[in-house]
Parts: sequence; structure tokens; C-alpha cells
Amino acid sequence: MFPEELKYSKEHEWVKLEGNVATIGISSYAQEELGDVVFVELPKAGQEYKANDEIGVVESVKTVSTLYCPVSGKVTAINDELSTQSALINQDPYGKGWIAKVEMSNPAEVESLLSAKDYQSQLAG
Amino acid sequence: MLKKTALYKNHIDLKAKMVPFAGWEMPVFYPAGIIAEHKAVRSSCGVFDVGHMGLINIKPQTSNIKKAEEFLNKIGTNDVSKLIDFSCQYSVLCNEQGGVVDDVLIYKLIDHYIVVVNASNTDKVLAWLSSHAQDIEIEHLLDMSILAVQGPRSLDVIEELFGEEFGFNVLKRNNFLQVGNILVSRTGYTGEDGFELFIPLEEIEIIWDKVVEMKVQPCGLGARDTLRMEAAYPLYGHEYDEKTTPLDAGYSWAVKFGKGEFIGSKALSKEKEAGPKKRLVGVVLSEKNVPREGFKLFNGGAEPIGEITSGTFSPTLEKPIGLAYINNSCHEKNISVEVRGRRVAGEIVTLPFYKHS
Repeated sequence: MFPEELKYSKEHEWVKLEGNVATIGISSYAQEELGDVVFVELPKAGQEYKANDEIGVVESVKTVSTLYCPVSGKVTAINDELSTQSALINQDPYGKGWIAKVEMSNPAEVESLLSAKDYQSQLAG
Repeated sequence: MLKKTALYKNHIDLKAKMVPFAGWEMPVFYPAGIIAEHKAVRSSCGVFDVGHMGLINIKPQTSNIKKAEEFLNKIGTNDVSKLIDFSCQYSVLCNEQGGVVDDVLIYKLIDHYIVVVNASNTDKVLAWLSSHAQDIEIEHLLDMSILAVQGPRSLDVIEELFGEEFGFNVLKRNNFLQVGNILVSRTGYTGEDGFELFIPLEEIEIIWDKVVEMKVQPCGLGARDTLRMEAAYPLYGHEYDEKTTPLDAGYSWAVKFGKGEFIGSKALSKEKEAGPKKRLVGVVLSEKNVPREGFKLFNGGAEPIGEITSGTFSPTLEKPIGLAYINNSCHEKNISVEVRGRRVAGEIVTLPFYKHS
């Protein structure tokens, strides 16, 4: 449910690191809590964000959840497929449900993210 | 400590996501998800555990049922004298200012009434009824619970469950039958044909399991909410509170001034003459953002003209919808809703959003 190779934020985003680029999405736990996702307000490509800035919103039938940028940097790509198929977040949160790619300006921030194990124990606590 | 309904274990076995609601631990959705559950009710059949709702028995201390009728006519806005045995009516309990204490269904049996109240208001209503009752027994029924079977296939399900010989097919809306010690009522909160079953606690698991085995979709509070919003049924704590009147919500049909005085009748009659200050409307937005409770409505100016009371994504219309109160003086069709600091264009639409064809 929580792939080992990913990092996680306390706000339930996941981060996949490839060189200087962080792909982000929301964790399987987050999508289960939200239920059916019906709309994703995506960040703007090209925009610079600092870590913990609000970069978007995930709306489910029942509730709305703010999306925070887990690392600082510039958004280089967004998952446009989500604008017509927001349910991808429920179906494949770590794959086709990715939200954005961020070119990190301060890769050291990754150190403060949680490992799969630590994220899981945070959920349990 | 949250209360559990008699079906708690069944929900866990079905892998429902449980949430606290009005002091109860209730299923909000099952693995199918709210949208699938909602669509099952619109196209086929769904079953809901409504065990959190309060059931209150109203019985005259003498055997004179008229005493109970008079009491309910004093306490509620609708006219209980119009109820025949084995039928029910919607009524609103108001305070002296006309504000809503609770909205309820009143069931008439031969020698007593059962009032079904909102879970969030059960204790308040029990105290309210007791403080106004004279020579009336008020009893919180704890040995009975409600299941709702809703959707176009619900008649088939009920017939399969109990047998066809009871004539469920000719049972009218807001009427009920007694089958053994179960009451089968043609009522619901979904905008669809359906039945609500009042079942002794010790039998409810058997009935639930039988219904679920008939491939009826278990539905949680999430779908209950989206279904009632499409049908534009008010929900206490959202469209109703102690400062909102049934006239504001558009329920003047349930306020019978002709029956004589009742609690709140003076205030309501004044409001009726002057015209309500606000009215309940439907809102749809031009974008996919969901209008959530508390979001403000504007008609171009700086001051809000109203506020969203309930909002969701409508699985039937496949777009976001909201219920809102707006100032009664506003008649614009085109409005905007402030969504997280940004005004999104929207439209006032006729309620309900969905009507069973």
C-alpha cells in the first residue's frame, strides 16, 4: 500500500525522486480517506513553489483536501489526464494518478520527508 | 464513546469506512464508493442502515388517542388529524420563534404514534417533547431500528423478503403495513421509490444479510447525503436550524395554520404575511469546483447575497450542485460563488436537481 521506494509527507503526499525531479501525488491512504475523487485543481506548469505551499486541491464527493508542495521548486509538468479522469487518483494513486512533477530547487529538503516505514507508523499513531 | 448500531459488525465485515456522525459510528461508504452506491439506488437498489435515527413512542396515558393527536398538533406544524391508521406524515417541530427544533416523520398506529427524529437531535427532541407533554407517555424506543431499502428494484426486494401476499405493490407513498413485528413503510430520503423497515433489533441482522445477499448495494451516509441533495430534501444542521423556519426552506405545505394554534404558529404566521427573508435555492457552478457548506454567494457586489448550506458532486448530473439560502429580494439567475478566495460563475436553478421519472 506504501511503496518502499517513495518518500511521503505528513500531509499524505508521496514523492518519487528521479535525479532532480520529484513526481508527486497523494498516498493510497489519502485517496481511501477521501473516497471518490471528482475534481483536481492542478498547479500551474512553470510556477515556482516553496515547500508546504498550497499547490492545488483534491475534491471528493464528500470533502475537499488541500494539496501541499512537499518540496520547493518549479512545476515542470502536470497530469492533464486528471482534468477529465480524476478517478485515476483512486484507481492508481502511485501511477496514473500522479499529479505534478517538480524540479527541485533545494534537494536537501528530501531529508525531511518520511520513509514508507515512518509514514506508516505515523498513520498508526 | 460512540454508539454502534446493531449492524456495526456487518459494516466492518463489508469493509465500510466508518466515521463518527451525531454520536454514532456509521458507515460513510463501502468499497464500491459513494458514486457507485448512489447510482445503484437510482438505477437498481440500495440498502442503508438508518439505526442512528431516533424513534420516539407517543402514547396517551388514557387510552384516548385524540390526546396524543392534540399533543402532536400542538408540537408540530403539520395536521396530525389528517393521518389515517398506518400512514405517516412529514412535520416540523418549531420553537416559539418559528425556528426548527427538528424535522420529523410521524407514524400513526392504532393506539399510539411513532415519531422518527434526526440522530443529532434525539436527546433534544426527547427533552422538548417531555417538557410540553401532559398526560402523554414519551418513550425512546431502543429495541427497534430502521433499514432503508431504496431504488426502482426495492418493491421486488421487499416482495422477495416478505412474500407478495401483503400487497406491497399497492402500498401508497407514506403508508405502511405491519408484517409480524416489522413495520414496512413506503418512504425514504433518496428521491426514489423505496421502503423503510422498522425492525426489532434482534432480527435486523438477518434481514440486512438477506437483503445484501439479493445483490442490493449497501450504501453509507455519503450516498444518503448525495441522494437527498439531488432530491433537495433538507437536512438538519444544514438547511434547518433553530433560526431557520420551515417557510424559509419552502416547506409551507407542511405548515397548517388552519388547524389552530401550535408552537411557533404566531411567529410563522407573521413571517408568512411579511414574506420570508430568505429562501432555499439550488446552485450549479460553471466549473468543476464543488460548492461546500459556508461558501458565500454574490450577485456582483461586495456583500454576499447568500450562503451554501450543503454541496456535493451530483453523480446523476455529473456536476457539482449546492443548496443555498439567498436573500428573498434577490432574483438574479446568474450569481457567483466564492471558492477559496475566487469567484466562480454559477446559476440559480429550480429544485429539485433530480426527480424520479
